[in-house]
Amino acid sequence: MTELAENLEPAREVIVRYNNVKKAFGNNIVLNDLNLDVYKGEKVALIGPSGSGKTTIIRMLMTLEQPSSGTIEIDGEHLWHKEVNGQLKDADEKHLRKVRGKIGMVFQQYNLFPHMSIMRNCTEAPIHVLGLSKDEAKERALQMLQKVGLSDKVDMYPSQLSGGQQQRVAIARSLVMQPKVMLFDEVTAALDPELVGEVLEVIKDIASEGETTMMLITHEMDFARDVADRVLFLDNGLIAEHGTPYDVIENPQSDRLKSFLGRFNSAH
Amino acid sequence: MTWDWAFAFEIFPRILQGVGVTIGATFSAFAISLTLGLVLTLLRRSSFKPLSLTVAGIIEFIRVTPPLVQLFFVYFAFDMGPFLTGAIVLGVHYSTYVSEVYRSGINSVPKSQWEASRALNFSPVQTWRKVVLPQAIPPIIPMLGNYLIILFKETPLLMGIYVTEMMMIARSIGAETYRFLEPITIVGFIFLVLSYPCALFIRYLERKSGQIPGSAEKGVKA
Repeated sequence: MTELAENLEPAREVIVRYNNVKKAFGNNIVLNDLNLDVYKGEKVALIGPSGSGKTTIIRMLMTLEQPSSGTIEIDGEHLWHKEVNGQLKDADEKHLRKVRGKIGMVFQQYNLFPHMSIMRNCTEAPIHVLGLSKDEAKERALQMLQKVGLSDKVDMYPSQLSGGQQQRVAIARSLVMQPKVMLFDEVTAALDPELVGEVLEVIKDIASEGETTMMLITHEMDFARDVADRVLFLDNGLIAEHGTPYDVIENPQSDRLKSFLGRFNSAH
Repeated sequence: MTWDWAFAFEIFPRILQGVGVTIGATFSAFAISLTLGLVLTLLRRSSFKPLSLTVAGIIEFIRVTPPLVQLFFVYFAFDMGPFLTGAIVLGVHYSTYVSEVYRSGINSVPKSQWEASRALNFSPVQTWRKVVLPQAIPPIIPMLGNYLIILFKETPLLMGIYVTEMMMIARSIGAETYRFLEPITIVGFIFLVLSYPCALFIRYLERKSGQIPGSAEKGVKA
């Protein structure tokens, strides 16, 4: 059990576990010995200056970056490794595909498929990855598009929507896959300020339903305070401070965190 | 040598009989180059270094030797008949150019599209088929069209291996009658009539390619 978990109720079930995870790009160490448990249904906000390693944490979980060392477990299974006769071997594509299905991600730049209609953006993976029938996939997609308030846009193409609408579609597209863990990588950072609110509202709605575990990287402190059960402050590849939103955002201890948060207060 | 209209009209139908072979050879070769070109591009991207390097070497080798030499070599080395030899050799030769075109199209698909595909847990094959190629190909259609026209204009090379396309017929007429001006001019005229509309159509596609859905992530850049 890692130190981060000590204050939490023991009955809760771990869904994501980082064990001594390091990540370096060449000589540049981005993450230094990360140990972190995330609990089922928990909403964890990751804050910190750019280059602090927070994006790397969730990109490794989405299998977009491979850790340099250490292990990551999801739902009791190794993510980047496979157990063969009690020994850990590098996972093959087949294993990765199996465990990756438990994770979904929403990107800063939405990354919708520009050549597909909104409906196809949301049904292609359910049909071809989950094996749903066309009708089932459409029904599920429509449900999720309703949830994000865009069920009237099904026949449009991404380029015909505003950034905020595209990002809501991206959230719906990810939800349709029913991941156990949802990752949000600065999902409002590319949006015009007046469009930020609609996207955050959608995420708050989903968060309030409770079941889905979420890891959110954000620069919106009010949002982090509202949504998160726990806030991690990343600095120089380490978790420098962590705790409830109140502990971290209202009552920062270190000078680094104080000055980081100060930048947001002065911006308001 | 003076131009003889009566002679020109007399031989025109005979030369026209070769159009079918010229067009047939063009499209057979182009079909081969489109298919093989894609295969070469994908093999070249393989993370297995010996494979990608071998393929890169083969592409380079085919590209730097003259197609006429390749035609003769394959014609005499393998007993496939003139037409098949011609279609295959030109097809393989052009596949190396077409492969470059595919490569540029694939590189123009943003990395973020690959990442989104992975986040949705598409298999590598599904990612290629549903996400990458549908975005990589529309913008390169005009470039592929240009290669089709260039290939079409190269088919007279096939007379070197006795394919009875237009140029071969024109040369036979010249050999029989000692008049070369009319048959050669007629061949040039037929090429002009066929390729000019194609060139116009491709220019139209080029202008339109900005509007083909999926040719760029317009929404993001805007």
